[in-house]
Amino acid sequence: MLETRDILETISMIQDENLDIRTVTMGISLLDCIDSDIDKACARVYEKITTKAKNLVPVCEEIEKELGIPIINKRISVTPIAMIAAACRSKEVVKFAITLEKAAREVGVNFIGGYSALVQKGFAAGDKELIESIPEALSVTDHICSSVNIGSTKTGLNMDAIAMMGNVVRKASELTADRQCIGAAKLVVFCNAPEDNPFMAGAFHGPGEPDCVINVGVSGPGVVRAALARPEAQGLDLSGVADLIKRTAFKITRMGQLVAQRASQRLGVQFGIIDLSLAPTPAVGDSVAHILEEIGLESVGACGTTACLAMLNDAVKKGGVMASSHVGGLSGAFIPVTEDAGMIDAARSGALTIEKLEAMTAVCSVGLDMINIPGDTPAEVISAIIADEAAIGMVNSKTTAVRVIPAIGLKVGEELNFGGLLGSGPVMPVSKYSPLKFISRGGRIPAPLQSLKN
Amino acid sequence: MKAVLTVVGKDAVGILAKVSTECAKYNVNILDVSQSILQDMFCMIMIGDVDKLNIPFGDFSDAMAKLGKEIGMDVHVMHEDLFNSMHRI
Repeated sequence: MLETRDILETISMIQDENLDIRTVTMGISLLDCIDSDIDKACARVYEKITTKAKNLVPVCEEIEKELGIPIINKRISVTPIAMIAAACRSKEVVKFAITLEKAAREVGVNFIGGYSALVQKGFAAGDKELIESIPEALSVTDHICSSVNIGSTKTGLNMDAIAMMGNVVRKASELTADRQCIGAAKLVVFCNAPEDNPFMAGAFHGPGEPDCVINVGVSGPGVVRAALARPEAQGLDLSGVADLIKRTAFKITRMGQLVAQRASQRLGVQFGIIDLSLAPTPAVGDSVAHILEEIGLESVGACGTTACLAMLNDAVKKGGVMASSHVGGLSGAFIPVTEDAGMIDAARSGALTIEKLEAMTAVCSVGLDMINIPGDTPAEVISAIIADEAAIGMVNSKTTAVRVIPAIGLKVGEELNFGGLLGSGPVMPVSKYSPLKFISRGGRIPAPLQSLKN
Repeated sequence: MKAVLTVVGKDAVGILAKVSTECAKYNVNILDVSQSILQDMFCMIMIGDVDKLNIPFGDFSDAMAKLGKEIGMDVHVMHEDLFNSMHRI
């Protein structure tokens, strides 16, 4: 029997605490669209996406109404386009981006991810061309997201790719300088990229995935913060806080599991995973930073932030794992700066620095995410930021990523405003010392030992 | 199949009547009602059987939300599965 208290709790989670399903992402394999003629390949890609995802948006809208839960984004992830482009004689890879954009508009999704290359050990045919085309692809499209995997725990770091990505990130920003440098906000550089991630900008459909699959990303930082803000939570010690977070994460994830099952059943597509994430939005009351502050920090960025985040991240996973039959993706707490009201405030006041964020990424789900850096930051510095972040992921066997936005023409303290879920934020200072010689050496950083762990 | 209807807003005459008339129009059998009035805030939870609903569930949900707007209340319709999955193991 339903209890009034449970009903009211669910309703206040949705209405007052911004609980929502962040994304239902359909992963579509494009491996069967390969053709040596790029135009034929593009036609097949368009045909496959618009057939498979034809009902994605209407079905999600139907589920939203039925359950009364908002599903914020409907997205598609596809096989890394570098793998499809490899077979084409033509090197005009941007044609694929234009095709994906057309398909995204046709089916009405918010984003399509997979303009990607996996080069953790080296470049195969098509990889370099695709990476070089990323800035143009992101500037001529609105819905495409791009990612490049430049390292992994098993392979080490591809420093040639990292050197290349510094330039690519800068160029993506430069080409969209008239649009708040939005290009770089749709590009993420990974170490240990997951193949089933439903979140943008890093979503792609890995080569080991089935033909078509439904992955769901849940949200809910507001719900966790509200639970911790209740009077009965004030006297809890940290074991109690961790338990409360676990219980809340369980409920959030159950909702995600229900939506995922319905979506996969109605679309006739296999259910893949639930991504157990706390994904903030710039909306008031939907911030991961505010959870950390509710636990007891004056501001995110204070000493103790890394420890609080480590506990939060672990408790979210522990609570979510039991609530879902399959867990995957990035799973954890996201700390994107411009997408989180509390992070934005802390960055503005100087409480939060890039160095502290880097430490936080060692214990949270992803990495240096949505950080505006000065417009005159040289490409090799961006490469070195990527190398540092990737090293943390490589050594700790976790996913890390970099999504920084060089704010062309802006200095520290000035702001970029992307609008929507991507938010806004100040330009943060970056170390002025040069890593040029290190980055120009190229080559690979060997894979780390997996024993003798200290 | 059951739906949970919640009605929240400033208390007034005839809220229950208007909501239940609308339910009857769409062939929803009301199984349970619980209501409370805190100061002058009215809060009602209804459980309705929607097996014999004569329109699609989404349209019913829209119709109830529209009614809510007309009478100045927040009316939400949600499937009971949501509550069962969140609060039952």
